Amino acid sequence: MFELLSLLQLQQLWWIIVSLLGGIFAFLLFVQGGQTLLFSLPANETEKTMLVNSLGRKWELGFTTLVLFGGALFAAFPLFYATSFGGAYWVWLAILFCFIIQAVSYEYRKKPDNFLGTKTYECFLYLNGSLGVLLLGIAISTFFSGAAFHLDENRFVFWDNPLRGLEALQNPFNYLLAFTLFFLSRIGAGLYFINTIDHDALHVKIKTMLRSQTLLFLLFFASFMGWILTKEGFAYDPLTKVVMIVPYHYANNFAQMPWVLALFCLGVCLVVFGVLRTLFSTSKTSIKPFGVGVVLTVMALFLTVGLNHTVFYPSLSDLSSSLHIENASGSFYTLTTMSYLGLMIPFVVAYIAYAWYAMNREKITEAEMNDSSQHHY
Amino acid sequence: MNELASVDWSRAQFALTAIYHFLFVPLTLGLSFLVAIMETLYVKTGDLEWKKATKFWMTLFAINFAIGVATGLIMEFEFGTNWANYSWFVGDIFGAPLAVEGILAFFMESTFFAVMFFGWNKVSKGFHLLSTWLVALGSNLSAFWILVANGWMQYPVGMVFNPDSARNEMANFFDVLLSPVAIAKFLHTVASGYVIGSLFVVGICAWFLLKKRDLHFAKRSMLVGASFGLLTSLFLTLSGDESAYQVAQHQPVKLAAMEGIYKGEHRAGLIAFAFLNPDKKIGDDLHPFIGDIEIPYLLSFLGYRNIEAFVPGLDDLVYGNPSKGVVSASERIESGKIALSALKSYREAKKEGNAALMQESHTLLTTHMPNFGYGYLDRPEQIVPPIALTFYTFHLMVSLGMWFLALFIIVLFLLMKREIMRYKPVLYAALWSVPLGYIAAECGWIVAEVGRQPWAIQDLMPVHIAATNLGSGNVMISFTLFAILFTLLLIAEIKIMVKQIAIGPDGGH
Repeated sequence: MFELLSLLQLQQLWWIIVSLLGGIFAFLLFVQGGQTLLFSLPANETEKTMLVNSLGRKWELGFTTLVLFGGALFAAFPLFYATSFGGAYWVWLAILFCFIIQAVSYEYRKKPDNFLGTKTYECFLYLNGSLGVLLLGIAISTFFSGAAFHLDENRFVFWDNPLRGLEALQNPFNYLLAFTLFFLSRIGAGLYFINTIDHDALHVKIKTMLRSQTLLFLLFFASFMGWILTKEGFAYDPLTKVVMIVPYHYANNFAQMPWVLALFCLGVCLVVFGVLRTLFSTSKTSIKPFGVGVVLTVMALFLTVGLNHTVFYPSLSDLSSSLHIENASGSFYTLTTMSYLGLMIPFVVAYIAYAWYAMNREKITEAEMNDSSQHHY
Repeated sequence: MNELASVDWSRAQFALTAIYHFLFVPLTLGLSFLVAIMETLYVKTGDLEWKKATKFWMTLFAINFAIGVATGLIMEFEFGTNWANYSWFVGDIFGAPLAVEGILAFFMESTFFAVMFFGWNKVSKGFHLLSTWLVALGSNLSAFWILVANGWMQYPVGMVFNPDSARNEMANFFDVLLSPVAIAKFLHTVASGYVIGSLFVVGICAWFLLKKRDLHFAKRSMLVGASFGLLTSLFLTLSGDESAYQVAQHQPVKLAAMEGIYKGEHRAGLIAFAFLNPDKKIGDDLHPFIGDIEIPYLLSFLGYRNIEAFVPGLDDLVYGNPSKGVVSASERIESGKIALSALKSYREAKKEGNAALMQESHTLLTTHMPNFGYGYLDRPEQIVPPIALTFYTFHLMVSLGMWFLALFIIVLFLLMKREIMRYKPVLYAALWSVPLGYIAAECGWIVAEVGRQPWAIQDLMPVHIAATNLGSGNVMISFTLFAILFTLLLIAEIKIMVKQIAIGPDGGH
């Protein structure tokens, strides 16, 4: 079946899959967003424990999606994996450090004799949710802003800035996506808490929080969209593969790929609908439309930066070293094989959905948190 | 070419991460099955004592699992951060198992992990038990895929070199997946995890018995642990034999270092115990050992299934032994340099549009491709890994493996005779064997990875070419940060674990 596709079609297919994974990961960042609310939202220790336990049952999904995102990039676009991770060394390591400390914090936070103290683990969660998300946003924003690197004849990467990726922090435009993701993750957390925790006082505080975070999110999101729609983009000639700078390239991509524009608009509408529905009704299930909306919106952004002969990792020091899906991808055989293995993804999604449903049928309550026979974080 | 110090720091960082990671992985592999067995006994019998035991071991499993996940994340991304050239050169092959690991194993683990821990009162008994088994299956599937990737680095198969993209590309997924080295590596590694899980359970139960606490729980758990340990120790021995056989077939230099063989011989004996002669150098006539105990013929038999077989030594492999058909490293280096030169010619010919020269260069490259990586070496002696480290860790690993087998037999025998409480030295031995299990596992990895130096990919790419062009300062800082963070987390993990054990099966989840 997949053998009938051309190499370019396989490359496009895998960029779509990577984009979908990116969208799912962006949605699952609600766990990180929730972690940044642990010091401000709860009024007492019991409320905090409810929040932590609510997030703690989902943190691994986000973590696993990050790992899969990395694995899929390694397999489908190994030149990007080698170039970005090897080149922008410090940004990626900083992100990884933020995720290492998350992995232990849920389990160790409340355990007796935990060496570093409960507060330290809570600070770890906060760092993961704030710095981790901001750095991720900055790293992904370089897909639009570019990075200084070149490749030699063996396609081995040489980074042309001694800051090894940290120079992305010096570009103010990169913060637009970073803060967009940060506030989006907090909104997601609010909707998730309302869906999973049975606690009226918390719900009231969450709704108040949602108002301010939504305004901030919209401000940064609109600025980010304004930036990419008006900036010059990086494209390549489909025949010669020569990379060039094209005015309004990302705006043109939306115009030339109306289905991507439709996904984007639908996604944004669902996000806004999810938030408004929560704010102005008693609905507790708005995480669902919101989640679908985030996935579609982020996926559309990834598609815009990867399809239609667009360079998805521009080199600022040597345009010809820039990466696009045609020069960074795996071979025809590997992409075909991976596509067959990818057929298992719906099955995986199905059991995740079932387990999610089974675990969320009963809401988290204070009584459950006080039941010492149960496993708690 | 990168400066040596940067490469060494990258190696040190990867070794540090791998060693820390493998402090936690084996227990996850082994304990997940033991917990699943205990929960099955609970569901089958309805005996609440088994539920109590399941929950106790599950709590320890979770503490260990969390830090294993943290260190595992780093390992995946370090291929990119510190081994970028490697990631491009073989990413087309190596990336696929990692991606499949994510799709098939990680999601299974993470999804059902949540059900396993928080689902006791939310899902049915059957679904909960299924979730526990799926966590065990997911952990082991994860091990399978990453060991397929590691096996490929030890014995690269199922690929072709593409001179246009300057990388190796996958040609047959099933050759990669079912490589005999990968299968042997997987079976031996998971078996070591099962043994460590068993040692952990038996050792902690021994502590309870020594303290005369929770006796019923301890004896029951010990019985499960020792039974599982005995079976898996036997399997560990068999898979170890197969693993060594594969080394003999595909990595003769590693085998020679493992056994301290300098001059090859027919009917080679297996060194059971020896001290290496520190003055011994490759090519000299000094005796390699200061005192040794050798089992005649056994190495030829185990390595080649034939007691007459010739086992090449390091002298043969470095300087060649034409009478035995062993090609010298110098010849292979020369061949490798021809391959590199042919690749260069191919590129130039392509630029000039010279099809005839392209074809000629490609043919030459294909002929010399098996020695491609040797082209990056300068001296034949560079193919020899650190001998002492490889030799001693191998022998320590094997000795400890034998001890674990004996321990499980003794413990099981005494449990059956209901006399375990009378033999305190056995209980102390069981308790102190817990750290020995970890030492054995780490030794195994040192043999596997140090023993294949200087190769990142056997015969294709040495580590100094595989590393990212980073500069030693950057990696030195990140190494230090990792060392501090992992050590802090390890201390936290051990303290929490010890406390939970002290609390016992009646409290604290």
